[in-house]
Amino acid sequence: MTMIFGIPIQAFLGQLLVGLINGSFYAMLSLGLAIIFGLLRVINFAHGAQYMLGAFVGFLLLSYLGIGYWPALILVPLIVGVSGMVIERLALSRLYDVDPLYGLLFTFGLALVIEGAFRYYFGVSGQIYTPPPQLSGGTNLGFMFLPNYRGWVVIASLFICLGTWLLIEKTRLGAYLRAATENPILVQAFGVNVPLLLTLTYGIGSALAGLAGIMAAPVYQVSPLMGSNLIIVVFAVVVVGGMGSILGAIITGYMLGLAEGLTKVFYPEASNIVIFVIMAIVLLVRPAGLFGRDA
Amino acid sequence: MADLTTTAIEGRTRARVEWLLTAIAILALIAAPFFLYPIFIMKMLCFALFACAFNLLLGFTGLLSFGHAAFFGGAAYFTAHAVKEWGWTPEAGVLLGVVGAAALGLVIGFFAIRRQGIYFAMITLALAQMFYFFCLQAPFTKGEDGIQGVPRGHLFGIIDLSSPHAMYYFVLGGFLIGVFAVWRIVNSPFGMILKSIRENENRATSLGYSVARYKLAAFVMSAALAGLAGAMKALVFQFATLTDVTWQMSGEVILMTLLGGIGTMLGPIVGAGLVVALQNYLATSEFPVTIITGAIFMICVLLFRRGIVGEVYARLARGNSGKAS
Repeated sequence: MTMIFGIPIQAFLGQLLVGLINGSFYAMLSLGLAIIFGLLRVINFAHGAQYMLGAFVGFLLLSYLGIGYWPALILVPLIVGVSGMVIERLALSRLYDVDPLYGLLFTFGLALVIEGAFRYYFGVSGQIYTPPPQLSGGTNLGFMFLPNYRGWVVIASLFICLGTWLLIEKTRLGAYLRAATENPILVQAFGVNVPLLLTLTYGIGSALAGLAGIMAAPVYQVSPLMGSNLIIVVFAVVVVGGMGSILGAIITGYMLGLAEGLTKVFYPEASNIVIFVIMAIVLLVRPAGLFGRDA
Repeated sequence: MADLTTTAIEGRTRARVEWLLTAIAILALIAAPFFLYPIFIMKMLCFALFACAFNLLLGFTGLLSFGHAAFFGGAAYFTAHAVKEWGWTPEAGVLLGVVGAAALGLVIGFFAIRRQGIYFAMITLALAQMFYFFCLQAPFTKGEDGIQGVPRGHLFGIIDLSSPHAMYYFVLGGFLIGVFAVWRIVNSPFGMILKSIRENENRATSLGYSVARYKLAAFVMSAALAGLAGAMKALVFQFATLTDVTWQMSGEVILMTLLGGIGTMLGPIVGAGLVVALQNYLATSEFPVTIITGAIFMICVLLFRRGIVGEVYARLARGNSGKAS
């Protein structure tokens, strides 16, 4: 058997793949957080709950209405996104004038309510969501066995991140968004409906979390607690990347996922905390984050 | 001039009323174990002190820590281990818990103060989560089981704390010392500087204060006092478990402070009392506490950000100004 650094290459690449998968979800989630924070100045603590919501909505669509994975990829982000917009209209929009910490606390409460409700109705045990038949099975790449669904997640998440980045950097809507991030009052004076833009932004951010959730459903088990532990890691990712740049959030997400996978190979005991350790080091060396602009 | 004297007299009467109320409250607390279940009040006192310590940071320095469970639960582990495995006396065990929490506060605070506002909250949350994973894996915490069957021992080697009343007065003593410490810190020149940092950090820097050092000092003090609360809780319930170091616990202390009133002396105590009573009430029902907790969070943030005590103060102030005009 081929060995690399004294470890079978299969195990090595396997963990690297797990790292890449985790990294895909970190990237999608930190991207959503960064978009929301950029315009709303709100740290969306409910992001983890919305990710869980995405997985559960997909699971419920399948088990009660028989709606499969492919339609769910469209429906789930729509449902989670619209629910996010309702919350933004009803509650978050009232908090823009006060200290941004209140936005964090509100979304924290929201996360507790959503998770508590799902725990109450579904218990803590995980539900299985089988991947669609087109993506079941795996491919032998010669040097390793790649489950098809996992390969799909990595590729699809790359496209989603790239697509979102293009949406923000290259389209008219994205231009409005970036302008409103710089100076909302001036943009409003030019006749752009900024409150609507804010609602839409929160909707897009939530939809991204929901999309990540439905994509994660076949990889991890669908459980009410799947988001709450993830969100803390994603916060650390966001601190490392700095929320100034969208591309930075994406790159940091993949990088830290890979770092986590590598740690699992060489020193498994530390794999839970390696991202936090990296965060601490980055804070010492570059307090603003790797891609951060704000001091 | 006339106005000045009346406000001075009013201020003095108000101070006198406040002293009187404090004295009544302390007397009530001394009498309480004869009327109520001592363990229940001890739990309230521990959480009230925890919330006061947290409020020293959020209310008086303007720093939102989302990782205070690390100090509360960490101290509980240190104390439980010292008392059970090393046979230390309870006061020495509690002291170790406080010192340990302060040291932990120094490390976490050192990293967290490098960023401000929302980032500060995220960093404290992440570092506290790291400490949670440490507690989950370190051998001395006994993993999922926690440290069970911690003996209360003899205070100074003499007073047997296994009697509920003796334990109660020990906890009450710790609580009063802790709350007095917070009050003293807030009303000292040092506390004034903390408030100036809360109001306008840049201005405090430009006035020549080393803001980072003051923030770190406040963070360590807050951690030490949270540690005092956690250490006492470990002795009261005779165990230390992972529950006390989870992020949910960090959220709970924020809720207590927010509900009672951020930046008031009395608020965190009222908030802690209400939250503990609510949990006690819901403990027997099947309905999950987190839904209620989360809903209270949202309602507080949307409708009364001043909290209960803050709202009462605001009403009183409005009433007074109404009379004056």
